[in-house]
Amino acid sequence: MISKYVEEGSTYAGDIDQLILWILVITGFWFMLALGVFIGLIVKYTAKPGVKAKYVSGEDPKEKRWVTWPHYATLLFDVVILIAAVRVWTHVKIEQPPIDETVRVVAQQWAWTFVHAGPDGKLDTDDDIRLVDEMHVEMGKTYGFELSSRDVLHSFSVPVFRLKQDAIPGRIIKGWFKPTLLGQFDIQCTEICGIGHALMPGRIYVEDHDTHQAWLKAASPVAAVGSAPAPATGGTK
Amino acid sequence: MSSTAEAHGHGGGQHAHGHDHAQGDHGHHDQGWFMKYFWSTDHKIICFQYLFTGMFMAVIGGFAVYVFRMQLAFPGMPVPGWGRVTASDYNALITTHGSVMIFWVAMPVLIAALGNYLIPLMIGCDDMVFPRLNRLSYQIFLVSVVILILSFLVQGGAFGGAWTAYPPLSAKSAFNLTPMGSTLWITAVALEFVAFLLGGINFVTTLMNSRAPGMKMFDVPMVVWMIIIASILFMASVGPLVAGAVMLIFDQQIGTAFFDPAKGGDPILWQHLFWFFGHPEVYVVLLPAMGITAEVITVHGRKKLFAYRTVLYTAIATGIISFFVWAHHQFIAGIDPRMANIFTVTTLIISIPVAEMVFVYIATLYGASIRLTTPMLWALGFIGEFLMGGVTGIFLGASGADIYFHDTYFVLAHFHYTFFPIAFIATFAAITHWFPKMFGRMMNEAWGKVHFWVTTISFNMIFIPLFLLGARGDHRRIYDPTHFPELMRAGMQDLRVLATVSLLILISVQVVFVANFIYSIFWGPKADKNPWRANSLEWHAPSPPPHGNFPEGLPNVYRGPYEYAHPDRGEDDHWPQHEPPPEGAKA
Amino acid sequence: MSFPRPVATMREATGMPTGRLAVWWVIASEIVIFGGILGSYIMHRLGHPEWAHQSIHTNTWIGAFNTFVLLTSSLCAVLAHQEAEKKNGPGAARYLMFTTLGGLTFLIVKSIEWTNEIKHGYTITSNTFWSFYYTAAGLHGLHVLAGMVIMLIVAADARKGKELQRVENIGIYWHFVDVVWIFLFPLLYIAK
Repeated sequence: MISKYVEEGSTYAGDIDQLILWILVITGFWFMLALGVFIGLIVKYTAKPGVKAKYVSGEDPKEKRWVTWPHYATLLFDVVILIAAVRVWTHVKIEQPPIDETVRVVAQQWAWTFVHAGPDGKLDTDDDIRLVDEMHVEMGKTYGFELSSRDVLHSFSVPVFRLKQDAIPGRIIKGWFKPTLLGQFDIQCTEICGIGHALMPGRIYVEDHDTHQAWLKAASPVAAVGSAPAPATGGTK
Repeated sequence: MSSTAEAHGHGGGQHAHGHDHAQGDHGHHDQGWFMKYFWSTDHKIICFQYLFTGMFMAVIGGFAVYVFRMQLAFPGMPVPGWGRVTASDYNALITTHGSVMIFWVAMPVLIAALGNYLIPLMIGCDDMVFPRLNRLSYQIFLVSVVILILSFLVQGGAFGGAWTAYPPLSAKSAFNLTPMGSTLWITAVALEFVAFLLGGINFVTTLMNSRAPGMKMFDVPMVVWMIIIASILFMASVGPLVAGAVMLIFDQQIGTAFFDPAKGGDPILWQHLFWFFGHPEVYVVLLPAMGITAEVITVHGRKKLFAYRTVLYTAIATGIISFFVWAHHQFIAGIDPRMANIFTVTTLIISIPVAEMVFVYIATLYGASIRLTTPMLWALGFIGEFLMGGVTGIFLGASGADIYFHDTYFVLAHFHYTFFPIAFIATFAAITHWFPKMFGRMMNEAWGKVHFWVTTISFNMIFIPLFLLGARGDHRRIYDPTHFPELMRAGMQDLRVLATVSLLILISVQVVFVANFIYSIFWGPKADKNPWRANSLEWHAPSPPPHGNFPEGLPNVYRGPYEYAHPDRGEDDHWPQHEPPPEGAKA
Repeated sequence: MSFPRPVATMREATGMPTGRLAVWWVIASEIVIFGGILGSYIMHRLGHPEWAHQSIHTNTWIGAFNTFVLLTSSLCAVLAHQEAEKKNGPGAARYLMFTTLGGLTFLIVKSIEWTNEIKHGYTITSNTFWSFYYTAAGLHGLHVLAGMVIMLIVAADARKGKELQRVENIGIYWHFVDVVWIFLFPLLYIAK
């Protein structure tokens, strides 16, 4: 359902979309049923001259089952949704698959800094590529990210990946994603961070292997070939 | 329950009854206008103070939403009545809208105004147990209103860190750029809490000690129970946030570092303190709205409330469980992800008592004799709209789905589908239902129905588009979406415009209500003392009740409040709580 | 000013006088306020073992003395209640004055202690431990002060033999203030 509006760009985007679809089907069914009963009762029991209301206390178990059975149904379907939700959550946020490469994401008022590992695939070496509001990843590789903030809370969100994680000053929060769709997409800040909150648009470039290699060569500050180095920003910590 | 024949069931009952007339003459001496309407200790006057202040604040909250919705639909265009909306304007307006609507509209109207009006009348006594404390509570509340409004005028403008006020943004003026506004805001919120703590203590003590003789636990009308449970819930949850507010003020003004990670503090601590209060707060305002609905559907459906005790127990269960769900607001806020699983479980558990309460209300309609009066329409509207709010909450409580929906317009639409029915639909049900009692005149039914239908339809036309926007990933608190290509996909701006246009309709139609309200106060047809033929004690008092409430002496109670269409009563389909049983009836 | 009392004030459906019932609710709502700040402090303290280096600079002996002062004043509050039960208004008022005196001693000792600490550079901003120290104890101090003011009012009435039931109510509140200190003392002073 969500994929109709926002592309699925990572391995787990489909899982999340499917979970949402299931919840929609289950709750939608019960919602329509409850609403139907509700409207039906209103129509059927609108006051008619000479007809007195029924005297039902609802304390008798025989009467009460009209409430208790839907109640058990709610419980049952809650459990179904719960299991599905926890499975998806565990896969996305708790499990940590083997990481091919790590990207450091630093949020601040009001920009993103992305520290890429560079051609050697390792962080904190001379060939690290530091970009503002621009992130480059290779399709099909599993990336880990280390998210931090320099001032206030921010939230690192890539909607096509169905990825969202708050950044907290003083902490480094780890997570992962594996892009599956070529193209360039939005990176958004989804936690209010001051007057420039609407001015924190980053872009993520998901590239195939060759394009990515070419970019690495061009952008790395110590690369032998390539044009001008990428725009540098103030160092991270 | 209906056989509660003993008139003096309580230990204190006889004692109280003996004093009724000795004390009945107080308050009849002439008072000046100021003493009567501003310095009064009469619970009904204090209700009106809260009610009218709440209505005034609703105008402020409504103006704020008008300005920022216009900005969202037509980014960068000057808004009539405001001008060009800057980013700091926008942040201040959304913060004001959120905090005003919850703390200065829903709370004072649903809890303070209705609690003040209904508790003494419905339990059959002449006032609150602490009338002067009651007056003080309103005055503190009024001070908080003044401080909040002043925060717009100080240097740097009003606070713009959203109603959740997450530090470090809210804690340092270098980050939020509102050096005075943020402190005034948190001070106003803290004072408002103090006002409601005082009010809550008064409410709870009044119900516990001052019920009419013969009124047992299960003879108390549901709306009174709900306001009491809400007050207790508020008292039990707000304390940590009061402490948090003090800590935040110190962080802002003295330079302590409770929430500053650089100096050994922790910004997440605030989130825990805030949501430990913030989530029960949802139920603090929901429960009174549920109570109002119970009263209105039974009176206008001429039907006994289905399973009274179940409603009461589910309300208590909801209150208790609501203390264990707070971190579902923080799934992706950097808490331990394993903790999220626990809170997913508790969050889905809380859906059970709430759903059951709604089922009970629907079951109450079975076999009823429904009169589709204006208050009934509002009450039924509340059930229908709240159902939508509850169901969409499941998407957000399910942690996996929340990763996508967190902080999108889906969340916003979800909680407006709960808060709007609570703060407005249920309030309109209450006002239209108790208006004859409050002012002694009837409101106009035809205009009332016009108001109901236009409000309800335009409300849905605001928030259904916002659900769709949320599904497309549109996220909250962005003053200008044009900076994000993925927020400007085809059709998204049309949905924003649709929501804004519907909002303009919703706001305009409130004029109908205000006109009807004011006109009816002065020129409406006179109401007799029980125009709806209702059972509860307030309808035994004259309309409007004088100081002291029951000039014929305080009533005794013989049965529960929902004895409608009782088979023993023949053609008469109501059986007032205060009416003594016929001679020789079985006890 | 004379104030007509509504019937509501005189009913006792629970069997407990309304004033006392309300004091218990006040205490209930205060417990969560202090619970919030102490809970936050404990979570921080567990996360920052290095705060032990700060807390050694608190003076346990002064804290212990103040604990003793408060406990004694609570005893006086109990004695005042006993006198009030015997309808001995002036007697109750005298004991309430002793209780107030205890509160005053507590505050004086506290201010000497704080002056000393601030002189040595341990201010509310020097470290989050000290922020908690001053905030929690300061909040408690305000409650002591409020209790003293109310107690003086109650004592003035009690001397004339009026509103004797309030002697017990303020006593309950005073015991609560005392108990809060019993929690603060080990958390802020003894835990080193």
